[in-house]
Amino acid sequence: MSNLVIAEHNNEALGAATLNTITAASQIGGDIHVLVAGSGADQVVAQAASVAGVSKVIHADADQYKDTISVELSALVIGLAGDYSHILAASSTSGKDLLPRVAALLDVAQISDIIAVDSADTFKRPIYAGNAIATVQSSDATKVLTVRPTGFDAAAAEGGSAEVAVIDASSAVGSTSVVGRELTVSERPDLGSADIVVSGGRGVGSAENFKIIEALADKLGAAVGASRAAVDAGYMPNDYQVGQTGKVVAPSLYVAVGISGAIQHLAGMKDSKVIVAINKDEEAPIFQVADYGLVADLFEAVPELVDAL
Amino acid sequence: MKVLVPVKRVIDAYVSIRVKSDGTGVDTDNVKMSLNPFCEIALEEAIRLKEAGTASEVVLVSVGSSEIDTVIRSGLAMGADRAIRVDAENDVEPLAIAKILKHVVEKEEAGLVITGKQSIDGDNNQTGQMLSALLGWPQATFASEVVLEGESAKVTREIDGGLETVAIPLPAVVTTDLRLNEPRYPTLPNIMKAKKKPLDVIAVGDTGVDVAKRVTTLNVSPPAERTAGVMVASVEELVEKLKNEAKVI
Repeated sequence: MSNLVIAEHNNEALGAATLNTITAASQIGGDIHVLVAGSGADQVVAQAASVAGVSKVIHADADQYKDTISVELSALVIGLAGDYSHILAASSTSGKDLLPRVAALLDVAQISDIIAVDSADTFKRPIYAGNAIATVQSSDATKVLTVRPTGFDAAAAEGGSAEVAVIDASSAVGSTSVVGRELTVSERPDLGSADIVVSGGRGVGSAENFKIIEALADKLGAAVGASRAAVDAGYMPNDYQVGQTGKVVAPSLYVAVGISGAIQHLAGMKDSKVIVAINKDEEAPIFQVADYGLVADLFEAVPELVDAL
Repeated sequence: MKVLVPVKRVIDAYVSIRVKSDGTGVDTDNVKMSLNPFCEIALEEAIRLKEAGTASEVVLVSVGSSEIDTVIRSGLAMGADRAIRVDAENDVEPLAIAKILKHVVEKEEAGLVITGKQSIDGDNNQTGQMLSALLGWPQATFASEVVLEGESAKVTREIDGGLETVAIPLPAVVTTDLRLNEPRYPTLPNIMKAKKKPLDVIAVGDTGVDVAKRVTTLNVSPPAERTAGVMVASVEELVEKLKNEAKVI
């Protein structure tokens, strides 16, 4: 068996979710190679080579790989695919964009969002927003998998010393260009990999009031999240959304403030180690999954909590 | 320009999912079925393109048995001009669906495909990307804004860190995210009109696509239950528990 893990990066740093993907590959067994396709991404190559368990980093450097464009990357990956039994990427927006293309071009199925490796061909994955877990077996020669980062521990970022192989770029397709990006700039930890997450819901009431949530997050060194209701109401941008259609998080501590707990939201956070819910409605379904529930007005309780920490 | 909108019938988003006790799947007996919400958004976008004069025709396509005709009609009631159902079992895998759609796209000479980013049953998020790869067309997934400019499109995408805008030439495949638009409700006159709109049925055999399964579902089980913990009476007690009992702060 041999695994090809597609590294996620911004040409400067290796994405945290790649470490979880490498752990999934190690549970499958066999060699683990990491593909870094980028432009001037030498630092990423060095970081990938030092991850424990990685035996080889394959580096392709070309302008067309700068912006993580899937039509370009899929052309590269299918050229490498013949050497591998498993091709994996994190189930991030870029992994989800890329791997179905790779699978289709290889004429194999793709298995999305695996949360457990039962054997080299059998995997567990959530369906119906996590309301059911399917165990699925692939009969294809090449398994193409996206990996839900919260399902696997991160591999150690240090301790490995993989060889680096530089390969030629695939021919540029040139059809797609990125003409703009509005990325959220934040001093806070990344929502997907933060150890503590503080999320606000519709109960927060306005974008302005989200400062209360942010103050608590800053006190705890936490990432800020939001329910879909809060996003739909315009309180926070969509990339803060936790839930079925947003991000799936599993921090050590998840604090849900003013969130009622719709199943779509629970799908995104119920694997958190400890869940705290603060809501003025004692009937809110969020309390059924919370380890600690506090029935209180968030506008009083949250500032009090900030002071008490 | 003809716009093709692939859609799927799913268990309604507001129905509580029940896993069958024998582990074979999810109970669909007497359960309300609807158009997949992301597909509704795709259809709404296509209808708006037609209303703006950019699209000439909106063709809805779905793969499944005659059981799905009801939701196909609801898509026609929203405003699609006509529909094609490729007659097959209701559980064809994404790769085979993409191959079937490629056949339909080529036959219809569509200039744009808009589809939902994922269906809320399988949560696969694959079909649009697979179709794009098979057609050799560019793709723009997770769209929150689509602007057509002659022979090209600018699509704003919801990505993990924020938003990204890509420029792609047409024809192309676009998949929709939640905030692209708010789908309309069909009006009664349109529901009546939809009954007379064409719904052509093609046998899956006529597409030449092998729909044999590549992936076997061995078991479907409910997720691990999380049990409710304790209620605390005050912020002070909460802090004490988090520090000394849960030891997470």
